[in-house]
Amino acid sequence: MKTHAVTVGRAFVLGATALFDVVLAVVALVTSLLTFGLGMIFLFPPLVRLFRFRTKVARRLTGTWLGTVVPVPYLPPPPSARPQPDGWYRHERQLYKTPRWPNWHIRLKWMVGDPATWRDGLWVLLNPLAGILLLLPLLLAGYALLTLRSADLPAGTSPLLALAAALTLLATPVFLRGYAWWNHLLLSPTAKSVLAARVQRLDEARLATVDSQASELRRIERDLHDGAQARLVAIGMTLGAVEELMDKNPAAAKALLGKAREASSTALVELRDLVKGIHPPVLAERGLGDAVRALALDSPLKVTVTVDLETRPDLPVESAAYFSISELLTNAARHGGAERVWIDISSSDRALRVVVTDDGSGGADPSLGSGLRGIERRLAAFDGVLVVNSPKGGPTTATFDLPNALLGENGPGCKSSLPRGKAAIVGICWGLGWLPLFPQGMVTMIMKLIGSEHRSWFLALYLPEPLQWPLIVFNILLGLSMYAAGTIIPTMHARQQRLAEVLPARLC
Amino acid sequence: MSLRVVIAEDLYLLRDGLVHLLQAHDFDVVAAVESGPELLGALTGLRPDVAVVDVRLPPTFTDEGLQAALAARRAVPGLPVLVLSQHVEQLYARELLADGSGAIGYLLKDRVFNAEQFVDAVRRVAAGGTAMDPEVIAKLLASTARHQPLGALTPREREVLELMAEGRSNAAISQRLFLSESAVGKHTASIFAKLDLVPSDDDNRRVLAVLTYLNAARG
Repeated sequence: MKTHAVTVGRAFVLGATALFDVVLAVVALVTSLLTFGLGMIFLFPPLVRLFRFRTKVARRLTGTWLGTVVPVPYLPPPPSARPQPDGWYRHERQLYKTPRWPNWHIRLKWMVGDPATWRDGLWVLLNPLAGILLLLPLLLAGYALLTLRSADLPAGTSPLLALAAALTLLATPVFLRGYAWWNHLLLSPTAKSVLAARVQRLDEARLATVDSQASELRRIERDLHDGAQARLVAIGMTLGAVEELMDKNPAAAKALLGKAREASSTALVELRDLVKGIHPPVLAERGLGDAVRALALDSPLKVTVTVDLETRPDLPVESAAYFSISELLTNAARHGGAERVWIDISSSDRALRVVVTDDGSGGADPSLGSGLRGIERRLAAFDGVLVVNSPKGGPTTATFDLPNALLGENGPGCKSSLPRGKAAIVGICWGLGWLPLFPQGMVTMIMKLIGSEHRSWFLALYLPEPLQWPLIVFNILLGLSMYAAGTIIPTMHARQQRLAEVLPARLC
Repeated sequence: MSLRVVIAEDLYLLRDGLVHLLQAHDFDVVAAVESGPELLGALTGLRPDVAVVDVRLPPTFTDEGLQAALAARRAVPGLPVLVLSQHVEQLYARELLADGSGAIGYLLKDRVFNAEQFVDAVRRVAAGGTAMDPEVIAKLLASTARHQPLGALTPREREVLELMAEGRSNAAISQRLFLSESAVGKHTASIFAKLDLVPSDDDNRRVLAVLTYLNAARG
């Protein structure tokens, strides 16, 4: 009861604010006329900002009140203008002294080119209609009161209207759900902007990955050059000397051979360490769980490892996870002053989740520690996210998720055809939409307009006079929205499928 | 009578080298195989006196050799196996020692360079003893460094402990450290007292006790 009252209250508040959007819509129309009719394009950015502010509020309310999270849809802002070597700023064919106008142009282009701008506009224009729907109980009740005053109406009109008001009041949660769906439809990102954001993230991740790969290769090259390679040269030279000394001074030759053997041992040790840094043998031999256990055994800290994995992740993911854990463990020992560490490796859906907790002094900050930055870079290649919670005084908890780590086994599971329920709704909408729209809507309207006596099977004409128009309008709207739903539902589904293909982990 | 030995190693050169080395030291090489399944068959079928096994073998090139050795030891308890590897892991050492029956060796491949010591290790394992790579012991001791009782050992006792954990007898330790055998005996008695272990005259049981203790101290 109470929750229903809250729901109704919210519906009324949302409806009332939606009605005020009429003002915004008028402003928008005037501004658009000035902008595109008279070329006063300087009016456009403020308008867009106004829209974005309004839709930001709507998004927040849809999230907190209606429980439908609506992500922000805008394309990532463009980078600002950069000076040319001669210090001037160039925008298309013009040169500017300051970056002000080029930046303004870039931003304008960004706003105009973003489909979300136009969808925001459409939403603002249509929102008053939605407002009417949300306020329907109030409007009907008001209408009922009005009809109560006028005496020349057939009896039963007011109770009928009151009944309709009560029914719509009861149906408010349904309206609100529809409103949330509508907001999500227009205010959430289009496939295009989701893709754009995704491409930008991938671009950054690629850069970071290539960068860290390159520096890793440089390190390996350096280690080989200064280590094993140099030792092999030394061994070769020693063996050459042995060859010469063999006959003249066998004792010295023997001593040199001992030295050569020692050098080869050292070279092996260095190569072993190098291999460990590239791809630890235990990881190759046993997989992530045992490799981390081996890591724990070698650590001076008391480390407890729990592994709950049914399938082995892909090799590159495994390696990224291993080195990240190794780095976190080193951090705990070196900076955190920890004594005990708990490492928990588990899977949730297709994501690999690792939690590393230590009892150290805390205060770790990814923006400061280069070690943590390195981990972030390593994980970024696999869409992984590192979250570090490290209050001063500890304990430190580092968690990272690798979303697609266990994809290989299950396959892409989100590809599906339209669910049966939705398919049935689409069928009904297309099959029966004509009924309210034409005979019970449009044709009835024409009959009413020409004042025909012929009532035939036009339901509305059998009702008391004041209810005839509302029902006709309702029928027309019902028919239109049935066709709209019949179109939108499959489109939305197709869109989700398309997104699912590019974002397997996020959206299904 | 010469000891019968099975060798498992996938690299031809190294396998051949091992065969020659062991034959030169009067071993009877009954089989030299190159894959995990073959090894398991040879171990359970031929029942050699000792096996020298590479950890990484075909077909999977993971820890095939180790798994075959462990499986064979489950079938034939106490079957002496010396495991060779390019790298040593405490994790593997633990698994090899887990059944507590001894006759286990775990060495880096580099140790083959020193033929005398290597052959000595093979013989020790064949006799039911243990041969742990100094690097394993060093890692084990490094990661138990914080553990209290170990801190109470004198540097000399620590050296003795390290050699003992590698699987060497009192005689070998005394040779290594240039001490008299009785001095080594005193050190070991002191170590056992400090670590609260039951002393034993049997070298092998003593080594296992030390390794078990160190492993347990890791938690």
